[in-house]
Amino acid sequence: MTDVVTAAELDLVRAHARAERGRRRTAFLLVAPLFVFLIFTFLVPIGDMLRRSVVDTDVASVWPKSVEILRAWDGAGEAPATLWPALAADIRTSASADTVAVAARRLNYAVDGGRTLVMKAARRLAKVTEPPGGDWKKVFVELDEAWTKPATLTALRRAAGPTTDFFLLASLDLRKTDTGAVVSVPEKDAIYRQVLWRTFTVGGTVTLFALLIGYPYAFLMTRASKRVGAVMTVFVLLPFWTSLLVRTAAWIVLLQEHGIVNNLLVWLGILDHPARLIFNRVGVVVAMTHVLLPFMVLPLSAVMRGIRPETVRAARSLGATPWTAFRRIYFPQTLPGVAAGVLLVFISAIGYYITPALVGGADDQMLSWFIAFFVNDTINWGLAAALGVVLLVCTTVLSVVYAKIATGRRFA
Amino acid sequence: MQRNRLLLASAALAVVLGAGAAGAAGKLAVVSWGGAYQDGQKIIYFEPAKAAGIDMVDESWDGGVGVLRAKVQGGNAGWDVVQVESDELEIGCEEGLYEKLDFSKIGGADAYMPEAVHKCGVGAIVYDFVLGYDKDKIPADKAPKSWSDFFDTKTWPGKRALRMGAKTTLEIALMADGVPADKVYEVLRTEAGVDRAFKKLDTIKKDLVFWKSGAQPPQFLAAGEVVMTSVYNGRIDAANKKDKRNFGIVWNQALYTIDSWVILKGSPNMKAAYDFLAVAGKPENQAKLPNYIAYGVTTKASTALIDKARLPDLPTAPDNLAKAKMIDTEFWLEANDKLTERFNKWAAQN
Repeated sequence: MTDVVTAAELDLVRAHARAERGRRRTAFLLVAPLFVFLIFTFLVPIGDMLRRSVVDTDVASVWPKSVEILRAWDGAGEAPATLWPALAADIRTSASADTVAVAARRLNYAVDGGRTLVMKAARRLAKVTEPPGGDWKKVFVELDEAWTKPATLTALRRAAGPTTDFFLLASLDLRKTDTGAVVSVPEKDAIYRQVLWRTFTVGGTVTLFALLIGYPYAFLMTRASKRVGAVMTVFVLLPFWTSLLVRTAAWIVLLQEHGIVNNLLVWLGILDHPARLIFNRVGVVVAMTHVLLPFMVLPLSAVMRGIRPETVRAARSLGATPWTAFRRIYFPQTLPGVAAGVLLVFISAIGYYITPALVGGADDQMLSWFIAFFVNDTINWGLAAALGVVLLVCTTVLSVVYAKIATGRRFA
Repeated sequence: MQRNRLLLASAALAVVLGAGAAGAAGKLAVVSWGGAYQDGQKIIYFEPAKAAGIDMVDESWDGGVGVLRAKVQGGNAGWDVVQVESDELEIGCEEGLYEKLDFSKIGGADAYMPEAVHKCGVGAIVYDFVLGYDKDKIPADKAPKSWSDFFDTKTWPGKRALRMGAKTTLEIALMADGVPADKVYEVLRTEAGVDRAFKKLDTIKKDLVFWKSGAQPPQFLAAGEVVMTSVYNGRIDAANKKDKRNFGIVWNQALYTIDSWVILKGSPNMKAAYDFLAVAGKPENQAKLPNYIAYGVTTKASTALIDKARLPDLPTAPDNLAKAKMIDTEFWLEANDKLTERFNKWAAQN
């Protein structure tokens, strides 16, 4: 209770601080490889994805002269007259360098038939070096009137980069009009909001079923004898060790129209006709719950193992019914496990694409299916990245909200 | 001690990064589709290539031009020769992911069928999307003959399967609706043509299931889950040969496509790559492929060398080829994004 610090005490404090520093440095060095690993495998790729959703340099990389003019143009009125000769020169240069398709593809995202428009121009312009009467604009009009239409020019100007909101807007079913207002795309073209909703519905349903099955399973697993517990763990881990196609084929055998499950249900008189259980939402939920169950059971059982049985016994001895003891004493202690399991399953579920693709119908595909499609099949990486950003943002928001709720309840 | 550990860790990291950065010149890496197909390729191409002194290893992949783009743009492909599908060939070529091929080093362009010659790739196999059905379930006198029959749920009740996505599905719908095969893409290029295709699909929507992996359609047929399916012809043949199935193929109105070999840009093994492609382009080697899998091959001279009894099972048998329509890569390059979105939109409507 004194403010006076003796020299000896000060030395002690310093020595302590020194030791602490050493320990901290050791700790840091130990985690450094992991840290570097995380930077390279996690932060860099995610950063790159975020960048690709807004960076738009495809056209700029192959048509530099036109892009310079397009960037300077405010989009009002006629396109600058200098655009046409520059565009002709750029198209010719890029055609001979075999890079014109890069610009063609980018324009195609925003304009129907944009690819054909550019590729046709590339073929024709290869033969024209001097325009008749020096009028390049006329050459383009004769090629295809679409070149001078506002929609084309606006799309071209917006594709000039270096950044764009085109992909992010598209991933939310939005677009910019010629005048720059952000509007929803026509109903017939809108798709991603619906897909996003579907993704969360499927993820939520799978999480719910995984919890309903996983909670009692984990409870039994922790209560069973060592040997039975080990067998139960193996059963839960089994889907991890099975090849995806084999697993899928097994579900088809079980769930198909005249499969075991349907035959059993009809034989028992529960159904009159076989129900459709696969290649629809039912199949997706069943197969995904099967695969993701370990992510629910393992954290739950880890938490349940740490719960001291005395607490429940104490509640019972104080007169609580079994249900009350469970509800008031046991269940609240498992909440951290529930939170971890729910979060793990849900976040894994909304990223799934191959299982829904194999056992789902065409209307069961989730956001990741589209990301994979754009990444791999059509290399529209801008849109793929934008859809990835949407998924990332939703996941982050949900997990923050969820963490708030979970911790709030625990300390309440 | 601590410092040593760190040193070790950073050394390990350096090794990992170093291995990534150095273009591993040396063994030629040839990448194909795996499975029974690659097993056959091993015997007829890879072993003879090794015997001819080409130091090579083979790997397999699942496709996706995005994978190649990431590899080549990442600065080190690790792969040299890759077998790609037609749209991967076209997109990758436009992106500059492949070397331009010098056909004079692999037997000359004239040695190959014209569809197999591309500035960035040389055709390896020809295969078909065909209508497949189970002969044990559909008697010969009721066998389907065209995609119109595929849409006839009165005569052939039950579910049918198509590939998930717009590609091939829309062509099939239009042919079923009476559009002649050589007019399909002309019609599909119009808004009304696309509407027409979806309208036709509407007529059997409740009976349609979709497959994603090429291994699925034979499984569906075997399980009795579907009565007819679109399927790669090689898969039907394999199911008949290996699993003793009795599946039938309708060659009429088949859609065919070609997979090609490409050399990835910046390959450090260019000479070995060409030497390998020359081995894979020898008619006498190619003519052995049908012994393992029912794909057509691409050199003109090979057809004459193929067993006459086997030829009718192949997409390149003159009779079969005459009834087939080549999938228009150019069209799909332009329309795939939009039509795939439209397809999914359609699927979600009831």
